[in-house]
Amino acid sequence: MDKYNWNWAIFFDEVATGGEKYYQWMLSGLGWTVATSLCAWAIALILGVLVGVIRTTPVRWLEMVGNAYVELFRNIPLIVQMFLWFFVLPDLLPQAAGDWLKQDLPLPEFSTAVISLGFFTSARIAEQVKAGVLTLPRGQKSAGLAMGFNLPQVYRYVLLPMAFRIIIPPLTSEFMNVFKNSSVALTIGMLELTAVARQMNEYTFQGFETFTATTVLYVIVAFTANRIMALIEKKVRVPGYIGGR
Amino acid sequence: MGDFDFDVIARSLPYLWKGMEYTLILTLTAMAGGIFFGTLLAIAKLSSIPPLSIAATAYVNLMRSTPLVLVIFWFYFLVPLLAQAITGSEQPVPVGPDQTALISFTLFEIAYYCEIIRAGIQSIPTGQVSAGKALGFTYFQQMLYVVLPQAFRNMLPVLLTQSIVLFQDTSLVYVISATDFLGAASKVAQRDSRLVEMYSFVAVIYFLISFTLSQFVKRLQLKFSIVR
Repeated sequence: MDKYNWNWAIFFDEVATGGEKYYQWMLSGLGWTVATSLCAWAIALILGVLVGVIRTTPVRWLEMVGNAYVELFRNIPLIVQMFLWFFVLPDLLPQAAGDWLKQDLPLPEFSTAVISLGFFTSARIAEQVKAGVLTLPRGQKSAGLAMGFNLPQVYRYVLLPMAFRIIIPPLTSEFMNVFKNSSVALTIGMLELTAVARQMNEYTFQGFETFTATTVLYVIVAFTANRIMALIEKKVRVPGYIGGR
Repeated sequence: MGDFDFDVIARSLPYLWKGMEYTLILTLTAMAGGIFFGTLLAIAKLSSIPPLSIAATAYVNLMRSTPLVLVIFWFYFLVPLLAQAITGSEQPVPVGPDQTALISFTLFEIAYYCEIIRAGIQSIPTGQVSAGKALGFTYFQQMLYVVLPQAFRNMLPVLLTQSIVLFQDTSLVYVISATDFLGAASKVAQRDSRLVEMYSFVAVIYFLISFTLSQFVKRLQLKFSIVR
């Protein structure tokens, strides 16, 4: 270890392939990580809430579809799911659609990463949403129905507003997970933060500096995500209920 | 879709099985190491000796806010240097991706198991500890004979669920070209240009194993909740 050549100034060197400095390269990787994660998070929230809700409705076949969805996306590793979206799906679709995916999809790696990470995360969110709705007292739904709301209205105005507040803590850790999981996108060729770090280590052999800086960036991202969720949790607190005090 | 080639799967089954063997070894090693050292780390985290609990907390937080892929790269870079320092050799000692993965997964999983075990220990009523003390047990006897047996019983389903997650996560050793189940399949896929067949097969197998195990954990959970 004593033979290791420390060089923290490496970040201000020009990238071996030319054009920019290493710290700029790293920041661009961070940018892709954040962009991928936020887009995937948006998809995951929409799909996750939808699937989570249908798993709590009295309609039996909807519940079964929802359960199948969650089991499918939870029991296959994320990296394999990415490969399925990236390598397998274009060949399973009709010729025209497959060709479009292969040739004309804008930002192919980014789009695929967002879609696969979004679906993967949505199954976890669906699980949380279901748990959130089910922890509410049964009387809440009955009260909503007794007021003349139809079922969608009961969900919209009675159940979901409370359920969302209950599941903020597990959603916080899911939100932090999205950023970490986005690193898997390097396997389909996206130059996000971890991919940049790997390349930089290969070009410079300054592994300590490279990976330390990368780890610090991830810690900052995780901390920021955590604070944002804590802020939301505080903002939406209901007085007299769930830590509202 | 018409030219789906099942034969490539049949032909490569022995090679794929070797990959699966490595996946299982990796999962079980990281699980055993993770639970054993995770228990020690949880005890350290809960200890009243500040340096010990601060160090344990820092380790857990650091691991839990870093992506697994990055941790794998960290150790892939670090382990040869550490081996060099230990053996005192001139050059960094080359350590294969398979061995590196064993080390990185164990060290990474310790942090996750630690959090589960810590919660399990904290769910035990303090009266139990007092009873242990009253019987004249030392601190470690209280842990070993009173607290941990009950804690492990309570957290068994969560520990197993974490292990299923771990089983799926081991596929990430792909990034350092270790030959686990996915790695073996992807090598065949690239050699024979049969990506569709191989990756579909991998997905089906992972699904079947994880789904079966998670159903088993669900049943176990029901059984446990009746007992309590």
